[in-house]
Amino acid sequence: MISGFFIFNQKGEVLISRLYRTDLKRSVADVFRVQVVSNTDVRSPIITLGSTSFFHVRVANVYILAVTKSNANAALVFEFCYRFISIAKSYFGKLDEEAVKNNFVMIYELIDEILDFGYPQNSEIETLKHYITSESVRSEIALRDDSKIAAQTTGSTSWRRTGIRYKKNEAFVDVVEVVHMLMSASGTVLRADVTGQVLMRAYLSGMPECKFGLNDKVVLQNSRRAEGETYEAGTVELEDAQFHQCVRLNMFDTDRSITFIPPDGEFELMRYRAESSVHLPLRVQPIVTEVGKTHVDYTIAIKANFNTKLSATEVVLRIPTPLNTTQVECKSPAGKAKYVPAENVIRWQIPRIQGGSEVTLTATASLTQTTDRKPWQRPPLDVDFQVLMFTASGLLVRYLKVYEKSGYNSVKWVRYLTKANGSYQIRF
Amino acid sequence: MSQGAQDGKFFSRGKLQEIRDDLHKALSKGDKKWEKRKAILKRVLANMTMGNDMSSLWGDIMECLNTPLFEVKKMIYLYVMNYARIKAEQIDPAIRALLQDANDRNPLLRALAIRTLAYIPLPIAMESLCDPLRHSLRESDPYVRKTASICVAKMYMFDPRMCEREGLINSLRAQMMDENVTVVANAMAALSEVQERGDLQLIKLNASTALKLTVALNESSEWGQVYILDALMNYVPQRPDDALALTKKLSIRLQNTNSAIVLTTIKVLLYLMNYMNDKDEIEELCHKMGPPLVTLLSSGPEVQYVALRNILLIIQRRPSILRNDVRVFFTKYNDPIYVKLAKLEIMYRLATEKNYKEVLVELGQSASEADVDFARKAVRSIGRLAIKVPNSSDRCIGLLLELIKSDASYVVQEATVVIKDIFRRYPSEYESVIPQLCEKLDLITDDPESKAAIIWILGQYADRIDNSHELLDDLAYTFLEESKEVQFALLTAVVKLFIRKPQDAQGLVAKVLQWATEEVDNPDLRDRGYMYWRLLSSHASAAKDVVLVDMPPISTDTDRMERGALDQLLLHTASLGSIYHKNPEGFIRTARPKYLADSPALNTTSRLVLVRAPDLDAPVHTPAPANILPTTPGGIRELAGSPLLGEMGEDEPEGVSMSMGQLIDEGEGEDDPSVGITGNGNGNGNGSGAGRAGAAYDPYADLGAMLGDGEEEAERRQESQPLF
Repeated sequence: MISGFFIFNQKGEVLISRLYRTDLKRSVADVFRVQVVSNTDVRSPIITLGSTSFFHVRVANVYILAVTKSNANAALVFEFCYRFISIAKSYFGKLDEEAVKNNFVMIYELIDEILDFGYPQNSEIETLKHYITSESVRSEIALRDDSKIAAQTTGSTSWRRTGIRYKKNEAFVDVVEVVHMLMSASGTVLRADVTGQVLMRAYLSGMPECKFGLNDKVVLQNSRRAEGETYEAGTVELEDAQFHQCVRLNMFDTDRSITFIPPDGEFELMRYRAESSVHLPLRVQPIVTEVGKTHVDYTIAIKANFNTKLSATEVVLRIPTPLNTTQVECKSPAGKAKYVPAENVIRWQIPRIQGGSEVTLTATASLTQTTDRKPWQRPPLDVDFQVLMFTASGLLVRYLKVYEKSGYNSVKWVRYLTKANGSYQIRF
Repeated sequence: MSQGAQDGKFFSRGKLQEIRDDLHKALSKGDKKWEKRKAILKRVLANMTMGNDMSSLWGDIMECLNTPLFEVKKMIYLYVMNYARIKAEQIDPAIRALLQDANDRNPLLRALAIRTLAYIPLPIAMESLCDPLRHSLRESDPYVRKTASICVAKMYMFDPRMCEREGLINSLRAQMMDENVTVVANAMAALSEVQERGDLQLIKLNASTALKLTVALNESSEWGQVYILDALMNYVPQRPDDALALTKKLSIRLQNTNSAIVLTTIKVLLYLMNYMNDKDEIEELCHKMGPPLVTLLSSGPEVQYVALRNILLIIQRRPSILRNDVRVFFTKYNDPIYVKLAKLEIMYRLATEKNYKEVLVELGQSASEADVDFARKAVRSIGRLAIKVPNSSDRCIGLLLELIKSDASYVVQEATVVIKDIFRRYPSEYESVIPQLCEKLDLITDDPESKAAIIWILGQYADRIDNSHELLDDLAYTFLEESKEVQFALLTAVVKLFIRKPQDAQGLVAKVLQWATEEVDNPDLRDRGYMYWRLLSSHASAAKDVVLVDMPPISTDTDRMERGALDQLLLHTASLGSIYHKNPEGFIRTARPKYLADSPALNTTSRLVLVRAPDLDAPVHTPAPANILPTTPGGIRELAGSPLLGEMGEDEPEGVSMSMGQLIDEGEGEDDPSVGITGNGNGNGNGSGAGRAGAAYDPYADLGAMLGDGEEEAERRQESQPLF
């Protein structure tokens, strides 16, 4: 298991250094500095030298590093690093060099608690926040709490403490989908799939029992699909679904119901994937012509393929230009288009495209003479966007029921968001 | 919350005397709410972190031990853990304080105390820990009990005999039945570790206890689930039905968002499948594993990498798992290079008659990417695909010729190498491409491997290429400066040329044979030179029969991998070993080999190929556990080439800054990273050295070096047979 946990800044200076086992020396930090921090071409997140293995994750301007001398569970080590990052973000608002330095004592306290002899221990943020705090005085009352905390961190609902009270009981559900799309130059969709998350913010009193329902067929390929079997309209077929540990998987296994006692506050309830009948919100048609060796002409049309009441926002197209481009003239009826020489792209930014509408950009790139005989490789064009209240998979939340023994009423809200972030690519 | 914390100011070099004076002031005068000593301790910890030696403050800091503040205690204990070893003679006050806290009313403090005490690597600390630890393992508070479980593993690492003598291992085993699942999970983790270090089988499970553990999974924290799942690997099913029952309980764990749980579950399921007979049930399980594996590809890039390296192994054993999912492994423009490289290998593996067209488009895109290593491997995959899927070869050749037009030297070189292999698979089908290759001769000959490849082609097809003798004459001009690989290729090619076109090559063959036999040191080259010489001079017609005989075509039978070794390697799914495709004992000094256990339930397929544990009583000649030919994960290969980086010397003084050159490899070879990690050879030690060395000069050896299926050795042998 993990023998040491470190945080480095970009210069390779040690910001946090904690050894859990005597098989490691503090000076391994120097090896990491040489092998990763000052190496411009790092080609693996895991490096093994002799029997020592370095697992690192970069976040903002710091490196999170876990070192082991055993045949550690690599997935576990990285999941732990990710968990540390989310705990730190939740505690300090952000995770960067400044945040690490300003909170280094608390970080030492945290990693002493969540990692024992290199074995990850209870790391539920909400629970941790009740006993790892910067409050300086701990009274006798705190002692009584400590016994409770101790019991809770080891209990079967370690993610939630008892006695939570809200005046207004509310739960917010956000369904966030990322569309991955790759279209060939001839306009065929090579791949289109959706990875979705159901994020929940629960502000509910007591120990609420929640039941959650979607319009999915819950196929999950657990029972083999009969060939050609059809399903009722309006339902969505998920390839896979994975759940937060609060969800009772044994219940899900028996009757496909999603039941759980939620952690307090924000958490990821579910993660899923859909591949069939993905609704692509934006259709891009690029026409790119190389005119001799001096010009490239672009006509890029983008159409919003969804309900007119909705609109796509923060639309950004990155349209590649040849490396020897000197200048680009752009004409567009909507948004701003600008040539960005550093990235070799035309960046076309459109604040809002209403459903059903279409906009077209025309542009001409002028090229310099070049001795390079290589043809232009034409990397794919990509589009980033967000569409609120739309799911590319068609997934909808049907209900969220909350039962608590005190019988209070709760208010539930649901939001949908579909977005693309470097994952919506069109070849031309 | 501490959003407002401003501890960053402590990150400046502190003068020892100044810190000491400040501390004394704080201790002697009023220190309201201990604010002053807190600030001073933070300064000390910050300096400790920066690597400044704070050990001389030991005595002063011990004076703060009585501060009744959790936060201060934690800081002092951190300091103590850090310097205990060099302040061994002054450890007493710290141990006294820890023992006192171990009796506190507050369970969090009790746990902190034993946890800290067990981190102090001194005999006196361990001795004083025994009593409180024995008590803690059984006390009422589960938080203290779960902390105590791990403490036993810590103590075992320090002094195994003391641990056994004090009966702590037995108490730890008793915790396997604890009512609290967190305690059970930690006990499992600790027992697994102790078991790994010692000789005893401590976790003994039967069908009913194994099933009970699956119930504990329902209540366990996510890390706890991983520890329990790992413990299940100690269970050896005695009946196929028992294995099946367990898989039914476990497969739902695949639906967790934590990749460690998903991959560890897959490890257990794959393991249990060895003990199952029902083909339909096995298929059903495979069917369940696919989607969660694909979902892992939406995690962070590091987890994606772990998942991909594992997938590459898993699909070799259970090809049905992702048979229809090749598209999800298409690379994205913004994937990190290590993810792209791992995907590339999977794409090749999953390519079939049905999907090769899409795969080829992808490979073509990859081959024109800026990263040289990636582009090279993509080109190589195209060539491999041509050999693997016969129907694809026309398209593959077409694509390769398209790529050659780019004039990127590495693409041209790589393409030449694979085209040579395509010729060896489909002799005389694609001769028309030779002129196009010859046009790029100046690019090809920059690299020895591709140079050797083009020389082979020129020799093999000497009679179909008008100016082959001129080209070879030209290439042979620098014979004496060439690498061995090229020299061998030249020798053979020139002899072939001479037999096919005697009048054009008389002078050349004499020249090359003379060089090879008189001016080259390499004995193999010299011997081969003499052999050809004698053959040509004594029996020209026999020479033709020997040298120009038709070779059997090469192939890439991807299932020819050693199944038993794969079964053994899959016992390490999710771990480092599964990333490097090496059994851990092959690259980690302290790791022990794991073997699939025999039992009446073991199915015939698995038994047939079972890699058994070496019999300790038998004479030593048991072969080392066989290993499949591992593929090379990105980023690892160059490490192999770097200077030997071995163990950090245990006795190296604290604070001495190390440069790479100063690292000492104390492992004496067993820790040699070039053995452990390159992943290009045969693996651990059973005669792989010869294979590596062979690859260095044999121009035919490279096929599959990248995707390394393990058959190239066999191919080479097969092809060599007619020669001898």
